[in-house]
Amino acid sequence: MDWITTVDHKKIAILYLWAGGLFFGIGGIEALLIRWQLIKPMNDFVDAQTFNELITMHGTTMIFLGVMPIIFALMNAVIPLQIGARDVAFPFLNALGFWTFLFGGLLLNLSWMMGGAPDAGWTSYTPLSGTAYSGTHGVDFYTIGLQIAGLGTLIGGINFLATIITMRAPGMSFMRMPMFAWTTFITSAIILFAFPAITVGLVLLTFDRILGANFFVPGGGGSPVLWQHIFWIFGHPEVYILILPAFGIISEVIPTFARKRLFGYSSMVFATILIAFLGFMVWAHHMFTTGLSPVANALFAVSTMLIAVPTGIKIFNWLFTLWGGSVRFATPNLFASGFIPTFTMGGVTGVMLASAPADFQFHDTYFVVAHFHYVIVGGLVMGLFAGLHYWWPKMFGRMLSETLGKWTFWTFIIGFHLTFFVQHFLGLMGMQRRVFTYLPNQHFDTLNLVSTIGAGLMGAGMLVFLANVWITSRKPPDAGGDPWEDGRTLEWSIPSPSPEYNFKQTPLVRGLDAFWKEKTAGNKGMTPAEPIGSIHMPSATPLPFVMAVGIFIAGLGFMFSRDDFSSALVSFLFNNYVVTGLGLLITFGAMLVRSLYDDHGWHIEPEELEGR
Amino acid sequence: MMRTWQSARRLLPLIAVFGMFLAGCGREDLSVLKPQGPAAESSLGLMKLAISIMIVVLLIVFSIAAYVMIRFRRKPGQNEIPDQTHGSFKLEVLWTVIPLILVIVLAVPTVRTVFALGDNHSGDKNAIKVKVTGHQYWWEFEYPDYGIKTAQDLIIPAGKDIAFELTTNDVLHSFWVPSLSGKIDTNPTGATNRFSFSAPKEGVYRGKCAELCGPSHGFMEFKVKAVSNDEFNQWIEAQKEPAVLPADPVLAETFKEQCLKCHAVGDQGMSVGPSLTGIGSRESVAGILLNDDTRQDGAPVEENLKTWLHDTQGVKPGNLMPDPKQDMGLSDDEIDRIAEYLAGYKLN
Ligand code: HEM
Ligand SMILES: [Cu+2]
Repeated sequence: MDWITTVDHKKIAILYLWAGGLFFGIGGIEALLIRWQLIKPMNDFVDAQTFNELITMHGTTMIFLGVMPIIFALMNAVIPLQIGARDVAFPFLNALGFWTFLFGGLLLNLSWMMGGAPDAGWTSYTPLSGTAYSGTHGVDFYTIGLQIAGLGTLIGGINFLATIITMRAPGMSFMRMPMFAWTTFITSAIILFAFPAITVGLVLLTFDRILGANFFVPGGGGSPVLWQHIFWIFGHPEVYILILPAFGIISEVIPTFARKRLFGYSSMVFATILIAFLGFMVWAHHMFTTGLSPVANALFAVSTMLIAVPTGIKIFNWLFTLWGGSVRFATPNLFASGFIPTFTMGGVTGVMLASAPADFQFHDTYFVVAHFHYVIVGGLVMGLFAGLHYWWPKMFGRMLSETLGKWTFWTFIIGFHLTFFVQHFLGLMGMQRRVFTYLPNQHFDTLNLVSTIGAGLMGAGMLVFLANVWITSRKPPDAGGDPWEDGRTLEWSIPSPSPEYNFKQTPLVRGLDAFWKEKTAGNKGMTPAEPIGSIHMPSATPLPFVMAVGIFIAGLGFMFSRDDFSSALVSFLFNNYVVTGLGLLITFGAMLVRSLYDDHGWHIEPEELEGR
Repeated sequence: MMRTWQSARRLLPLIAVFGMFLAGCGREDLSVLKPQGPAAESSLGLMKLAISIMIVVLLIVFSIAAYVMIRFRRKPGQNEIPDQTHGSFKLEVLWTVIPLILVIVLAVPTVRTVFALGDNHSGDKNAIKVKVTGHQYWWEFEYPDYGIKTAQDLIIPAGKDIAFELTTNDVLHSFWVPSLSGKIDTNPTGATNRFSFSAPKEGVYRGKCAELCGPSHGFMEFKVKAVSNDEFNQWIEAQKEPAVLPADPVLAETFKEQCLKCHAVGDQGMSVGPSLTGIGSRESVAGILLNDDTRQDGAPVEENLKTWLHDTQGVKPGNLMPDPKQDMGLSDDEIDRIAEYLAGYKLN
């Protein structure tokens, strides 16, 4: 109950982590099934239709539901602490964002049990995703589930923008903000601009499918290429929504374990902004083979290549942060160090793909599969592992086991390269992506086998991590405030796990790496910026949960509004939008309660703060 | 601009080494790395340039990474605080400018090749025009200048430019012959795509559909058969001959009634499904059952036809052909005899 009504950013972080773990697990199992099907030519472990559902759900789940909440978990756990705030700007919205996200994700995954999952690829290109070629409700689950989940993401993004703009501790100017706070800020800005695009696209596709509109249906004057543009105008920035937070994490972990400040801080900030900006200008590099004009292909090719420049700046700045440092390879830093070469390999193939005439060959082959997994798994997932091991003590008050952490790292990274490195060659040798099986004698067999073995190893690495979490959770919480001893930023200046109010007194920030600065000046903790006083806290409330449930019901109702059910009553309820209306009523009712009932929150008094 | 070319030339030895390494990969009739025509060659040229540059970048990053991770590892008992360097303006400019130069080295030939490959030969009198239409899950090839249509096997004269016009009849597909050229999508009419390639050497090349198009997407293969000019002209003439029907008039009637509702042979039938004219001399049945009994993954045409007709859904899940037995009411014997007739229906 406590978990359903909480508005505390630290608890919401843990909720996000659980949700992320759940969806990541589902996506991971789907991935293993895909690899098992491809272990040999003409395998019949799953049938063609199921395979297409598996790849669609794997991609969709991983991109929207798997890594995103883990990113949000870390942001929620860390950002207010890093900027010296007592909470996020809108705690109520924060909870609402989580619950809409979760219920959107659950709705999408219900499709497995309710007559067929989406099967048109995570990009859902029309006409394949139209009712004429995808007859089950699968794609409806996709459009409606993602819309609800996307609403949560958008709310989260706006919340972080407001938090970072308005709630920084005294003295923390933008140019004194930790890199993770910076990348969170930029990521949130990208969310703000990119998500409306996909929302519009999904609404139009929903209209096509449920109300019989023709936005993307060729026969009715609609354009499939229009869908591709809308999708990728969102879709390309989306990959930067994913990778920038990882950049932020790496920029926190490396300085801590090298005992050095980040090399070239201001060029890092500049590079981040530039990447975000360019990220919006290059969407059509996913469409080189669609038949755009040579002029468009040339322009998008060159602008895509330019992204290599700010990315290069980042890589070399990390390397030179390590240069001259005193580098300790604790698990977080193992992952961060593994990240650098692995991500570079993904970036390099990205530049290769950007060369349009070469992409005519690469596109839609296993080469692309290799490229984006190098970036997303080798980059983002390694970054998340680094962040989770790094901030685990801050979130839970317990240190994860170093031995198991190292096992996780080595099995994971070896498995990873085995899985994906060979896929570059599969693509070049003529293997298209998204094929449920392949004919023998094409020289594809051995490399596919190797790839499947690698996937198994990665799965094993995940299990070691889960074991680590399980074992750690049974130990008493014993982590100190600054368990890595070389913490540089504000979150390490308070106890682990941090108290409900974060900072007893708002700290005064006197430079970049505020806590490190105080430590090297011989101070034990931060200098407070205010006397001890009563702290205002927001009240817990079930309303965000109720609102999300309402939207969930409305979504289901809308999806089945054209169906005939065996029971006349059920048909009546759905076909007349009664169910949809009921769901909306619940949501709007909760909103009404929220606006009419004045909740002033509560206070923690100074005596209580001192009395610990 | 001179500079960039010079630095590109310096990479040539590396390119050569890589070329040799990569050339070891895959089948000649299928691999991007063993190009058999100018279009695929120009793509591969760019790929080699790009990978050479990228390998250099990787080597630099890997060496610095290995160096710092070994050299600056914290030793037991080591507890001093290293210098808190802010950064270095010079170094940061250096690693902004170098990638920029590398990008320019790659961008210049990229832009050139984009425009070179943009030439689609649609106005070229000497080019052979072919209209490609994608269907779930088969390919239709129409030669508008000769008034003929065929399916699954694209016959072209070796050495000539082929001017393609591509569309789809249903969902998006993507037309790809890795060893001859990069791919291009088939969009619905209204967004017709044009491009061109040629195959200097006679031979059979494997083509694939590269855009997810439904359950049997992975099976939507085809063959490109480059033949001599004479052979090509003969084939055109043979295609235009009147239909050959089964010798047995009863079977001929069944065949006409059941099969020609969708398929065409010679001047008869419909083109809802793939044309069957001369199917006995094709490279494959349904694009994936290879008619080559000299190889272990092939079988004689007749056997492949039987496999197909007895279990269409088993061979290509989700395909749109009705089942001969269930839906058309043919007996096993009739099916086998039709297969036998089709296997004998050869051109030339
Ligand atoms: C240096 C940075 C990058 C460059 C130059 C780059 C370039 C490209 C290009 C040109 C494509 C199109 C390939 C094709 O479809 O043929 C592509 C595909 C893709 N990229 Fe990247 N990319 C970069 C970074 C990233 C990042 C950071 C991510 C994710 C976190 C990512 C994820 C993807 C995905 C998922 C696809 C596949 C799209 C699909 O076909 O379904 N990329 N990239
Ligand atoms: Cu296809």
